[in-house]
Amino acid sequence: MIEQTVTILNRKGLHTRPAALLVKTAARFQSELTLAKDGFEINGKSIIGVMTLAAEQGSQLTIRVEGPDEEEAAAAIVAIFERKFDEE
Amino acid sequence: MESEITIRPEVVLKGIAAAPGIACGAAYLYSKHVPQVQVKSIVPKEVEGEVQRLRNATSRSEKELSKIHAFAEQRLGSQNARIFEAQIMILSDQILMGSIEKRIGAELKNAEAIVADEINKYKRVMLASPDEYMHERAHDVDDIMNRIIRNIQDQKLYSRLEGESIIVSETLAPADTVVFSRNQILGYATDMGGVTSHAAILSRSLKIPAVVGLRTATKLIKTGDTIALDGYAGVVVLNPTEETLQTLMQKRQRFKEFEERLVDIAGLPAETPDHKHIELSANIEFDDEIEFCRQQGSAGIGLFRTESQLIGKERYPTEEEQYEVYRAVADGISPHSVIFRTFDVGGDKIGPDTEHEENPFLGWRGIRAMLDRPELFLAQLRSILRASSGKNVRIMFPMVSNVTEILRAKAMVEQAKKELNTRGMPYDAGVKVGVMVEIPAAAVMADQIAGEVDFLSIGTNDLIQYLLAVDRNNNAVQSVYQPFHPAVLRTIKHIIEAGHKRGVWVGMCGEMAGDPLATVLLVGLGIDELSVIPVVLPEIKKIILSIRQRDAKRVAEKALSLPTDQEVRDYLWSVMRDRLPEIPFEEQSDIGVPP
Repeated sequence: MIEQTVTILNRKGLHTRPAALLVKTAARFQSELTLAKDGFEINGKSIIGVMTLAAEQGSQLTIRVEGPDEEEAAAAIVAIFERKFDEE
Repeated sequence: MESEITIRPEVVLKGIAAAPGIACGAAYLYSKHVPQVQVKSIVPKEVEGEVQRLRNATSRSEKELSKIHAFAEQRLGSQNARIFEAQIMILSDQILMGSIEKRIGAELKNAEAIVADEINKYKRVMLASPDEYMHERAHDVDDIMNRIIRNIQDQKLYSRLEGESIIVSETLAPADTVVFSRNQILGYATDMGGVTSHAAILSRSLKIPAVVGLRTATKLIKTGDTIALDGYAGVVVLNPTEETLQTLMQKRQRFKEFEERLVDIAGLPAETPDHKHIELSANIEFDDEIEFCRQQGSAGIGLFRTESQLIGKERYPTEEEQYEVYRAVADGISPHSVIFRTFDVGGDKIGPDTEHEENPFLGWRGIRAMLDRPELFLAQLRSILRASSGKNVRIMFPMVSNVTEILRAKAMVEQAKKELNTRGMPYDAGVKVGVMVEIPAAAVMADQIAGEVDFLSIGTNDLIQYLLAVDRNNNAVQSVYQPFHPAVLRTIKHIIEAGHKRGVWVGMCGEMAGDPLATVLLVGLGIDELSVIPVVLPEIKKIILSIRQRDAKRVAEKALSLPTDQEVRDYLWSVMRDRLPEIPFEEQSDIGVPP
């Protein structure tokens, strides 16, 4: 299991388009992705779940990846946060 | 026993005329259909059937939404259609659907009960958020839940909508308007909304008569009731008498004949018999309105509201996204000109990053907000400049209150040009720049302001509201929102004269420009350009073609000598009646006014 803290860098936070990109990226891997914020956990492969995370710019999320391809999956997911979801 | 047959009295509802036309027919009361969910227990052998019902409902919902999405894309453009994409994505959420299916088997309950329970969990989290954006997403989630449940229960939302009806609803969402427009809709009547609401704009482009802002229509009108809707006067009549129907039918006929005659003048320039040329152009916000503008005989676009690109958006569009839209508009209207007004967010127009303000109309809006965000402003200016290459494009800044803002905005235009030079991208180096005069301070300073720009355009909606200190969205003070208040007329006169002294042309793009009652007056005051909603364009042109500027000047002088809004109106109305009897213009609806 890989656990890592990421910061939302893009200005509008985790709104619909970034949420969709995150879910699509997670779906490419077998590993399970869990996102946690303020003690609230959701499945990172569920768009409706990610949509409930009111994660605005500057807020921190804990991502947890678990499964056979967890290393690649975690790297891919951290990368899209760092790329600000290709928004800016 | 009560008699089966009772004569129901005629009830007249006053609203705001949103799209012209007259319709009579059966009302169809449309409310956000909320299906009732009952929790039912099932036995294990029923689980498979229940899951199958869920899957069928999901795939049917997906088809419905894809159709709406495609239709919206074609009607509104892909930018605005994106609001339906989030809902489609939720339908294919495997985690959500998987857990619903699992729970049906584990808890032995009917599919719709589990769907409601599971989706409501997410909705509650969204509604608990302080973020306004999350509340909007909660509506999307609610819509999708109701759609799935309705499909599980096999109800067809619009099945009762057969034949021709007048839709009566609290408000119409873009999705509703889009779906309805494929049916035989005679008209729309809504409790809420103004002339600039989305439903109003759509109904005008679909040429369906509409009255909005009726407040109590959904409480008084039931499905099947006979109603008459007058989209010219902004009136809906419940249980119209024979007499009312006859009056309305005659009015419809009169307008129809008039409108047919107007077709002949579409190709003519708007010029008075004594050769004062008025640039008569249109206000639009979507590029697909251009075709209609052309048909109406528009000499260009006098106001393109770029904020339309922000509808349902979480961020400002990129330079490329904007360029695509501006290019389409500039190409579509060429060789005529288009005036792009830079983003005017704030006030009652919400942008992607609008903050809550105590006093939004006096706050961070228009040019103020853009000057504070140079990156955003430059991206918009570059995209407009790129669209100007080889076309007739002008730039206009909203909400200017002092000369310094103009100088700073013009410096930004120059910087945007430099950046394009560096990239080697073409643009029109002589692009004309103007401002909207809508703040009283700018009106007072009109001469100095005119010295800095190529044109002025009077924005009457805000000018009137600021000059008279009246919130135009506050119903309690509607009676003191007076476009013909002598203070407004004197201010307009002052702006036009100041502009002309400095050798720049002065136009008008507020609602007043499209009010036929104001046309003679404005021509008399020397206005050079009128930018109006496309539907009224031929009527305004007809008035311009019918009156000499010399005579219009006298009318303006007389109007300016009167002390009240009402007296000015009465006088202008008498001018219309005496001099332009062929124009089927109505001061106010005479329907339902007691004798």
